[in-house]
Amino acid sequence: MIRLTNICKAYGGKPVLEHTDLSLPVGITFLDWPSGAGKTTLLRILLGLETPDEGRVEGTKGLRFGVVFQEDRLLEQLDARTNLQFALGKAYNEEKAQRLLLQLGLALNDPKRVKDYSGGMKRRLAFARSYLADSDALLLDEPFTGLDAENRAVMRALIEEYAKTKPVLLISHEEP
Amino acid sequence: MKQFHRRTTEIAAAAFWLLIWQLASMVLGYQILLPGPADVLVRLLQLAATASFWKGIGISSLRILTGFSAACVLAVVCAAAAYAFPRFRVLLQPLVSAIKAVPVASFIILALVWVRSSYLSVLISAMMCFPAVYLGVLEGAGAADPKLLEMASVYSMSFWHRLIGIYVPAVLPSFRAAVKLALGLCFKSGIAAEVIGLPKGTVGDYLYHAKIYFETADLFAWTVTVVLAATIFEKILLLLLDRALAAWGTNEEGR
Repeated sequence: MIRLTNICKAYGGKPVLEHTDLSLPVGITFLDWPSGAGKTTLLRILLGLETPDEGRVEGTKGLRFGVVFQEDRLLEQLDARTNLQFALGKAYNEEKAQRLLLQLGLALNDPKRVKDYSGGMKRRLAFARSYLADSDALLLDEPFTGLDAENRAVMRALIEEYAKTKPVLLISHEEP
Repeated sequence: MKQFHRRTTEIAAAAFWLLIWQLASMVLGYQILLPGPADVLVRLLQLAATASFWKGIGISSLRILTGFSAACVLAVVCAAAAYAFPRFRVLLQPLVSAIKAVPVASFIILALVWVRSSYLSVLISAMMCFPAVYLGVLEGAGAADPKLLEMASVYSMSFWHRLIGIYVPAVLPSFRAAVKLALGLCFKSGIAAEVIGLPKGTVGDYLYHAKIYFETADLFAWTVTVVLAATIFEKILLLLLDRALAAWGTNEEGR
């Protein structure tokens, strides 16, 4: 199991995380801390992008994560298919991608560049990328931002499906 | 409408300086000192009617563009290596600074010792182009979005996908600016190299002979030719690069 114990992290002397514990068992772990409470820092520590000043990170070694970052972090000049192909590499499966994008109200064959997508479309594509990755856990930072009720419901259902067998960290103001 | 107004202003400014040039030539009264624009145009048309004129432009341009292209390739490879390996970047730094600081005339004279005069403009234009493109590409690579690079790292994106998806779009705008600067430098330094090295049948050779025989109208005509050739090649190159920028969705037209 992924476990963070007694994590402390400060930037320029200002503490962001203080003696924080977190476990990610199979299922959805929901995090609705207020803004500025260190949610994103925690996610970055889980991903190995930050090293905690103190504390232990266990169970992340060798794990593959599917991630929705706070920002979409898409290759804006490319189309949806190429975004998925580039990020997923060998894990990319045309059929699966087509099916998932359809569920999320997107089209794999859409020749439009991602930079011409609306905010909600970009969010859905970022989610699709994380979902299609050959991952052991999902880390989702505000995945519902900019989505209408219908797409939120679809995304929630997909997250619940994934969480039946694998851990999901859901950072959101909105409970699933 | 705004663009039409701007274009009219530019044409008026050019006409103003042509008029000043013509007046200065008339006041001096000696074509040998300062031929007027009309005299230069007539001489240019006379030269353009000869085969040696076009052959000269062809040879000089080909050599300069060969040096430019070779330097561009080398600069991109070196910049990529310098970005990936900081020690290589430190190693190259003195060389790049030296090329930037040493006067081009010193390089030309030194290069004359190393290579035949016919290859001089290839070597000199390559040397002038290299630092500009190298630094431009390095700057562009450094400007690649760190958040995208993090995403690439999390998803274990391959080298080629990172290159095409993240680095190329980041580098293209500064590469465009660098080659624009470098091409102008190449023509200036390449022709200067020819004037010193005097390879037969080149623009530099004709420029030198115009100078020693006091054929000032020829000197001006050849100078105009060099400026026109540099401008035409720059426009063609920028057109191709802008197409590449548009294809990559990082169109920087108007930069």
